[in-house]
Amino acid sequence: MTVWIDTLIQGILLGGFFALSGLGLSLSFGIMRIVNIAHGDFLVTAAYLCLVVSGLSGINPLITIVIIIPITFLSGYALQKIILNRANDGSDLTPLLITFGISIILHNVLQELFSADSKSLDAGSFETVSLTIGNIHIGWLPLTILIVAFIVYIGIYRIMATTRFGRIVRATVDDQEITGLMGIDTNKIYCLGMGLSMSIVGIAGSLYGIKSSFFPMAGGNQLLFAFETVIIGGMGSIWGTMFGGMALGIAQIIGYRIGAGWGAFAGHLVFFIFLFLKPSGLLSKGDQHA
Amino acid sequence: MPDTSRSDHLSSWNIQKSVTGPTILIIATIFLVILPVFTGAGTLRLMIEIMSLVIMAQAWNLLAGYTGFVSIGQQAFIGIGAYSLFIISIETGLHPFLAVPLGGLTAAAIGALAAPALFRLRGPYFAIGTWVLAEIFSILILNSQRMGSGIGLNLARIIKTIPRNLRTNGTYWIALGFTTLTIFLVYFLLRSRFGLAIRTVRDNEASAESVGVNIWKIKFIVFVIAAGLTGCAGAISYLNTMFINPFATFSVEWSALLIFVVIIGGIGTIEGPIIGVLVYFFLREWLADFGTWYIITLGVIAIITMLFAPEGLWGLFIKRFNISLFPVGAKVTMKNINNSN
Repeated sequence: MTVWIDTLIQGILLGGFFALSGLGLSLSFGIMRIVNIAHGDFLVTAAYLCLVVSGLSGINPLITIVIIIPITFLSGYALQKIILNRANDGSDLTPLLITFGISIILHNVLQELFSADSKSLDAGSFETVSLTIGNIHIGWLPLTILIVAFIVYIGIYRIMATTRFGRIVRATVDDQEITGLMGIDTNKIYCLGMGLSMSIVGIAGSLYGIKSSFFPMAGGNQLLFAFETVIIGGMGSIWGTMFGGMALGIAQIIGYRIGAGWGAFAGHLVFFIFLFLKPSGLLSKGDQHA
Repeated sequence: MPDTSRSDHLSSWNIQKSVTGPTILIIATIFLVILPVFTGAGTLRLMIEIMSLVIMAQAWNLLAGYTGFVSIGQQAFIGIGAYSLFIISIETGLHPFLAVPLGGLTAAAIGALAAPALFRLRGPYFAIGTWVLAEIFSILILNSQRMGSGIGLNLARIIKTIPRNLRTNGTYWIALGFTTLTIFLVYFLLRSRFGLAIRTVRDNEASAESVGVNIWKIKFIVFVIAAGLTGCAGAISYLNTMFINPFATFSVEWSALLIFVVIIGGIGTIEGPIIGVLVYFFLREWLADFGTWYIITLGVIAIITMLFAPEGLWGLFIKRFNISLFPVGAKVTMKNINNSN
């Protein structure tokens, strides 16, 4: 029994990270209709950025996240403005292919700059201490990540539901043309949307670097995990993505319990079973709201 | 479906006749068949590499360029084809040359099994779904001692039983045979009624369905054919290197390469993928001393192509000189209206 409760708790803790990373992907899906294949590579790049910033300044990587966020926000804004808005030709495959190109370029450049060896971020003793309740250990780091994820979710939810920016975003998602006619610069909204998505990637990437070691090619798996999170969550709502993250986290922990090499596999399998069971095709055009 | 050949029908469709394309291909094929007489094993190995990439690129192009659904998980079929060849020859002692088509068949069969799940995903979501499929097979092999786990499998012991002069030449001729087969298959497939239906699906699914095209069936057939061809090419490619491991074989870099090559050469044409493959090998040889910069350069060129010349090199060439070696575009001729372009 304890084993199952432990699996559930560890799964939810791991799910917190997937939920956070998935939210970044979900926003670019939802707002710009862009399937950002480079998502995982951006995440890994943020971890390297955190490595460089904390290495140069000597500040704990947990605190340098505050510096990382504006950098990734601006990168997202620039990426959308310079490249992705140009690729917005009505077909959703052009942005897919372009972000795939960016993904390949990015991890090869990372490999040239930082070599293929794995690196890690040192956040001090905080990484290893845990809270013990009965026989169950809850690491402070994964707990912090889960809490950060909740805070970010509430923040994004509030922005989308209550602010003027959120209203404009929702209007743009519904009908870009009409919103444009109302005098809104939808291209700018897309830039801000990508900036927002990349800010979350900045947070998630730094936390990822603290929680595990990383290497230039690690982005592929991170994209797949984020993608599975979003699809299992059902695209319908922000909170669906949170649920997807938890489900994927629990699936992976069960996989790890079976054997060290089966964690990611269990997640992929759950994703495929989910596709088979879902009665109709996912993602009809109507349910792409963030 | 209406019989379009009836003369009293309102309109009919036809596809520009081409003698040039097939003729050039036949002459080139004859030259390539006798190539081993003039050159050494090194050149032939490079040719095998080029040709297997041409097959994979044609298959990806058949999927993306004509049916409009993009896969970034083609490494699944490359890996399945290659691993099938290795395992079949090692376990059963079947001649590796004969195992090449079996590799393709295995890949096609797995493609057919995965299709019902993958087809629930549309467009970009389908693309990532195919990648997940590749990861599943990669992890399965990593965890199987019998399939070499992370260490990989070596075919050298079996290849040594083949007479020396037949080893490279044989693989080369198989590669050439499958390349020719692929190009002709794609060419005739696209010129057929079925080809017309395929492109209708790409251009507008709803209207394709409204004129009686069974979209699911078309997608399924094309996906399985592409999987089979890619599986054969994967088998040939790793028969050439004689060594296989799950990391390289199931790497997403394969799909990246195919996509870059097709985009640069010209998506939606038969000539494009061939030109793109040549550009890739030129860059690779040219930048051989600079680590992975050749793939970075290729990626940058592909992105620039997509943004500023989405028709690719061959598309630019056609626009300028108005010729096509393998015309597959259909023209509708209305009755009583002559030469309506």
